Order: sequence, then C-alpha cells, then structure tokens
Amino acid sequence: MTESNYNEIMQLLCDRLSVLTNSDTQITPDMNMISQLSIDSIKLLNLIMEIEDTFDVSIPINALTDIHTVRELADLVHKIKSDS
Amino acid sequence: MNLLEKLDAAAVARKSLLPNGVGAFGIPIEEVFSATEARIGDRRVLLLGTNNYLGLTFAPECIRAAHEAIDKEGTGTTGSRMANGSYFGHRALEREFAEFYQCSSGIVFTTGYQANLGTISGLVGPGDTVLIDGDSHASIYDGCILSGADIIRFKHNDMVDMEKRLRRLGDRVETTLIIAEGIYSMLGDQAPLAEIVKLKNAYKCILLLDEAHSLGVLGETGQGLVEKTGLLKEVDFITGTFSKSLCSIGGFCVSNHPQLEQLRYISHPYIFTASPSPATIASTRAALVLLSKGSDLRKQLWANCTQLYSQLKETGYLLGPDPGPVIAAVLDTPQQALQLWQSLLEHNIYVNLILPPAAPEGKSLVRCSVNAAHTPEQIRYVGDTFAKLHSKI
Ligand SMILES: Cc1ncc(COP(=O)(O)O)c(C=O)c1O
Repeated sequence: MTESNYNEIMQLLCDRLSVLTNSDTQITPDMNMISQLSIDSIKLLNLIMEIEDTFDVSIPINALTDIHTVRELADLVHKIKSDS
Repeated sequence: MNLLEKLDAAAVARKSLLPNGVGAFGIPIEEVFSATEARIGDRRVLLLGTNNYLGLTFAPECIRAAHEAIDKEGTGTTGSRMANGSYFGHRALEREFAEFYQCSSGIVFTTGYQANLGTISGLVGPGDTVLIDGDSHASIYDGCILSGADIIRFKHNDMVDMEKRLRRLGDRVETTLIIAEGIYSMLGDQAPLAEIVKLKNAYKCILLLDEAHSLGVLGETGQGLVEKTGLLKEVDFITGTFSKSLCSIGGFCVSNHPQLEQLRYISHPYIFTASPSPATIASTRAALVLLSKGSDLRKQLWANCTQLYSQLKETGYLLGPDPGPVIAAVLDTPQQALQLWQSLLEHNIYVNLILPPAAPEGKSLVRCSVNAAHTPEQIRYVGDTFAKLHSKI
C-alpha cells in the first residue's frame, strides 16, 4: 500500500470525524478521539465499520484498545490493509 | 483520578440512571415460593426474570438427587479436578452430555461462563482469529480476550456481513473459529444456523455454538438449535450452561473432535478452579433426564411464549424478531425502561431491566423470560398489565 493510500485513509478519517463532532474544530492527526473530540464508543464503532467497508478490511476489536488518536487509527487501518 | 475515584465516578453514572435509589440490579429476593413466585420486600411477585425455562427449580427428582449426593459425598470437592481428582458424578455427567448430543467427548466446567472461557481460550490463541456475532454474551467476549486471538465481529445475525469478513481473512480462515448462539440472551432471537454452517463449510472454519438459552427449549429432545435445524453434525463444538433449563450451576462443552480432551490440560478456566459440588452434579444429572424427556414441558413453555409474545406485539410493544422464552420489549431510553420496570414491580411482576451498554444498539430492554410452569392465567395477567402500562410509557 502506498503513501497516497495512507493519505486517503487519513483524509477520510478527518472528514468523517469532523461530521461526527459536528463542530468547526479543525481535526488534526494527533487529536485524541475520545477526550478531545468526544467521540463515544458507539460512534467510534460505527465509524470503524464505515472505514472497514471503504477499505475492505476487518479491524479486530482487540487492536482498538491501543488506539487513541486519529493518527493511530490511520496507522492501524494502513497496516491491516498493507498486510492483506 | 486514582483507582478508587474511578469507581466513585462509575457509581455516580449508575445513580444518575437509577434515581430514588431504585435497586433494579441485584434486587433482594427474600423468599422463593416456587418456580414462578417469590417475595420481594412485602410483595409476593410473579417471576418473569429467571432463566428457569422448564420450571424445574423444585423438581422432586433433582432435589432428592442433590440431597443424596450431599449425604454421600459432602458439600464440596474443595479443589480442581486436575489436582484433587474427578468424582464419579463428574465423569458420569460428561458421558451423559456426550450421549445426549451423540458426541464422542464432553467436558464439564464449573459455570457456563467458564465453559466459554475455557473452550474458546483452549481452541484459539495469539495469531488465530475468532469471528463472533456482535450481540455475543460477555462470556464469549471474555473468552476471546483471554485467548489473545484477533477478535472480529460481524453484525448481529447478518450473513452478508459475516461472509464479507470471512473473505477478508484470506488464508487466515484456516485458523478461524466462528462463534454463534442458539438463542441470543437479550432479544431472544435465534442464529441463522443453516447459513452459518454453509459459510463455515465453504471457508473451512471451525464452528462453536453456545446453546445456553436454547438447551431444553428447542428441538424434540431439547438439544437446542442444532436439533431444531437438524444440523447437529455440522457444529464442531457445542457449549452450554446448567444455570438455565437445568436449574443448577455449571457448564459443558461437547464435540466429536477427540482434541476436545486436550482442553483438560491447557485450559485455565477448567484447571484453576474448583470442580462442581456433588449436589450440583447430581441435580444436573437428574435434570438432564427430565429435560431430554420433557417434550410436554416444551409444549407448555411454547404455548406460554406464543401467548405472551403475541399479546405484547398486539399491544404495540417493539419486540425481538422471534417469539420464544426470552421476550424483550425494546425502549428508546433508559428512563422509559426503568419506569416500565418499576410499574410492573408495583403490579407484582418481576422482570429484568437491561440498560446500555448491555442492551444492543444503545436501546434499553424490559426483558421477560417465560417458563413452562407459568399458568395461562399468570401469563394473561402479565400480558394485561403490560397492555395497561403501554400508554404511560
Ligand atoms: C449466552 C450465554 N452463555 C453463557 C452464559 C453463562 O452461563 P453461567 O450462568 O452458567 O455462567 C450465559 C448466562 O448468563 C449466557 O446467556
């Protein structure tokens, strides 16, 4: 998987998060999704399902325990996509 | 926040859901009169919040067997089977479960929770995958976490989503365990077993089915969904509990794979816990006989289920998709559910209150469980009370 794919993942995440948070806050890669963006666990799971379908991957729920920031999520999706 | 402050914060969150100190969880039951009635505070209540599906909690055969076992073998085994040995009853019950499911092996665990923990963590490990239904019981989730395998969820009973996820696994399907439940504990709906089996065979995975709520309830002899669908031979591992239709406490796993026996040597939830007490094993053995011959009880149970399900549906309650012994009214907010739960108790009916995140999709549930011992009059009273309260939600 290439860098452009990585950017695509990051872009999609930022776009979706900005809709979900429903505010003008500029989403940046190092923002914490739970504490800074107030994304609750149900919204996060819905977002993940959307990402899974867009990139045709499955993200194991145990992998999510280490994910806090937008960048960490993008890295994880990128890694799973590259391994598949 | 330190560790104790975190617990305080959780207590505040819980209290905000349950005003006036209402004790909806772990309600004190002062006296139990029968399979259908008990005393809560000053009230004699109708029990619709148990999992006593065949109504066998006071079956004389089971009570007698438990008494005799205590007299003969004492109150407890005081240790694990690995270290302290297997009593005759443990081995006999394992044989009887294997025979009941026409399988070559059976293992008894101390609870149903441990049956799932022990079986799942024995079958898969780090680098393997478990593919589980999104509405799986906590014992399945916890077993998966204990195993260290990658946990992938498919949308509840959604076979298109399940296939998509199997396809994405590529070569990893070879070390994938699929897990489903005969009857799901929250909404009472059944797994689409025929389609699951078709996919499991197409992708060559191993399938585990938890028959916790379907044992005693589905199928001519009460084996569960495997019997109702005629797919017994297609399921690799079946787990279940003694705590529902069998009215005691414990769990089991049966299989035709001889490798099941290996779990006795590697599965911590089997090894590092005391084995079931003699009385527990004895009453379970007696209950298994009653369960397998209990087609009349099942007929009575299903008559009750159908009556209550259709009455609640007609009244306008949103229910799970399949009628069955678990009948859950789905409500939008915890407050609505709490109000209905409380009003039912004021009408001397005890049901279960299920709030998010335990209830699926952020909803709240008022969950009834029907049993074979409920009389048609009791069921009618419950249905009429629900009807009376519907407009007040
Ligand atoms: C689907 C399911 N599996 C397993 C269990 C655990 O059974 P036990 O009560 O024997 O620990 C339960 C019971 O709550 C259950 O609902």
